[in-house]
Amino acid sequence: MSGFALPAATLWWRECVRFYRDRARAVSSLATAVLFWVLIGFGLGGSFAPQGMPAGMGSVEYLYPGTIVFLVLLTAIVGTFSLIEDRREGFLQGVLVAPVPRSSIVMGKVLGGATIAVVQGALLLPVAPLVGIPYHAGGMALALVALLLTAFAFNALGFVLAWRMESIQGFHGIVNLVLMPMWFLSGALFPMDGAARGLELLMRVNPVTYGLAAFRESLYASAAVGPVAPGYAWAVTASFAGAAFLLAVVAARR
Amino acid sequence: MSLPAPVEVDDLGYSYGDREALKGVSFTVGAGELFGLLGPNGGGKTTLLQILTTLRRPTRGRARVAGADVVERPAEARRGMGVVFQHAALDPQLSPMENLRHQGHLYGLRGPALAERARELLDRLGVLDRADDRVKTLSGGLRRRVELAKGLLHGPRVLLLDEPTLGLDPGGRRDLWKHARALRETEGVAILVTTHLMDEAEACDRIGILDRGALVALDTPASLKDGIRGDVISLASDDPRRLADAIRERFDSEASVVDGAVRIERRDGAELVPRLAEAFPGVIRSITVGAPTLEDVFVQRTGHRFWESTAQYGEET
Repeated sequence: MSGFALPAATLWWRECVRFYRDRARAVSSLATAVLFWVLIGFGLGGSFAPQGMPAGMGSVEYLYPGTIVFLVLLTAIVGTFSLIEDRREGFLQGVLVAPVPRSSIVMGKVLGGATIAVVQGALLLPVAPLVGIPYHAGGMALALVALLLTAFAFNALGFVLAWRMESIQGFHGIVNLVLMPMWFLSGALFPMDGAARGLELLMRVNPVTYGLAAFRESLYASAAVGPVAPGYAWAVTASFAGAAFLLAVVAARR
Repeated sequence: MSLPAPVEVDDLGYSYGDREALKGVSFTVGAGELFGLLGPNGGGKTTLLQILTTLRRPTRGRARVAGADVVERPAEARRGMGVVFQHAALDPQLSPMENLRHQGHLYGLRGPALAERARELLDRLGVLDRADDRVKTLSGGLRRRVELAKGLLHGPRVLLLDEPTLGLDPGGRRDLWKHARALRETEGVAILVTTHLMDEAEACDRIGILDRGALVALDTPASLKDGIRGDVISLASDDPRRLADAIRERFDSEASVVDGAVRIERRDGAELVPRLAEAFPGVIRSITVGAPTLEDVFVQRTGHRFWESTAQYGEET
């Protein structure tokens, strides 16, 4: 137990401490959150009205959960840069020669990156009532779990990409190539119900759709606001996180 | 029953594609021994260290650290060794104490015992007063000391130091060696250190000289130098080959050409110098004579100069 958990916990701790000690990162992360508040509150309002929204829901309210998910996914995948930094700075070598299973290293790093991402997303939750989402304590807690699972999956996928990389240059392109389409087709901008047949199919196979559904449904404490049943959304989201973790462990063992 | 040797290397080989970086290297580091691996960059030191630290699998031969085969039982081998890498492996955003706590947790240490051990090592290395400052505010020399503490934290049987003084000024280098030697006593740990500096190799109990992937010498620095007959005379000339021929003829003395200079090994070298100068006026540009150094040992064993080897062989990854 301690052979896996203690190293993972200490790696997780370091990931979080590093983030908040790096003032530029911590401040820019907070600033991004504030900027998103402003955008949600004023900007997107009347200019955008997708089809097929649940009855009685305005576009600002509809876009709100997807915006949070975007911020969380972006933070999660950008957090993988720390792996490349660790390799470049030599820190990773020291970890790799310690008697620690690779799965424990992956768990610590990925959970650390996911935690930072979820805190980032949580900074946006207090404005929920302002966009018309009633406040449920239990629902919020559950919503954070949905964010954590999705962030975990993305950070693990980023880990797979970053494991062999020496510089962050090549990483940016891949991030955009993966992150943007998955977010666009997750129901963040427009509901699956109103989408064209081809798009709907892509949305159905996109794991982010289910993470967002679990998040949205938890936030409202209601199954009516999501495209799929909560049980289904949670099952896919958890499987996505588990599969991404296994993939990262396989990558790290090579 | 006696413990197995801290490091045993047996016919170890490694190839990067066609290029053989290690060609069947064998040696043993004894308990409490300070063993130096001397060699130019590209000689194979880094590859050997990577194999010993389980980061690279050998393509032939075996290596054991603290009695555990690095390929078959890597976890056990890792527990038996502490490693200080060429490049810093401390987190600059954390304090020395936090770095050590992190390291301890990776090795399964925790709680008050870990804190006590970390404080003890930092104290012994004279960094305790900086224990809670960020590492990024520490000088290069102090960081290296914290690295030593980090490598020794879990009480390994052998400490592997890969060019530990790289980037340090002379004062920092002396300081690091002083601490390494002291720790060998207090911790009872064997030390395997790689270096490309002759004076650092001189300070070791025993050295192996690694050139182009092969171990060309293995003994104490003193015995290696004793293997050279008397003094070493080195002559610079515009036509070294002809000069060497002439010396062999006139003085019945062995003279070789090494990297553009004539080299003579003999007893009472100083006595020969004036006779040489007299015999070849205008041909000799300079003469140096001296007691043999490890550099001379290297030249004798490899037939080329130390730095020449680096230039020809190129930088190793």
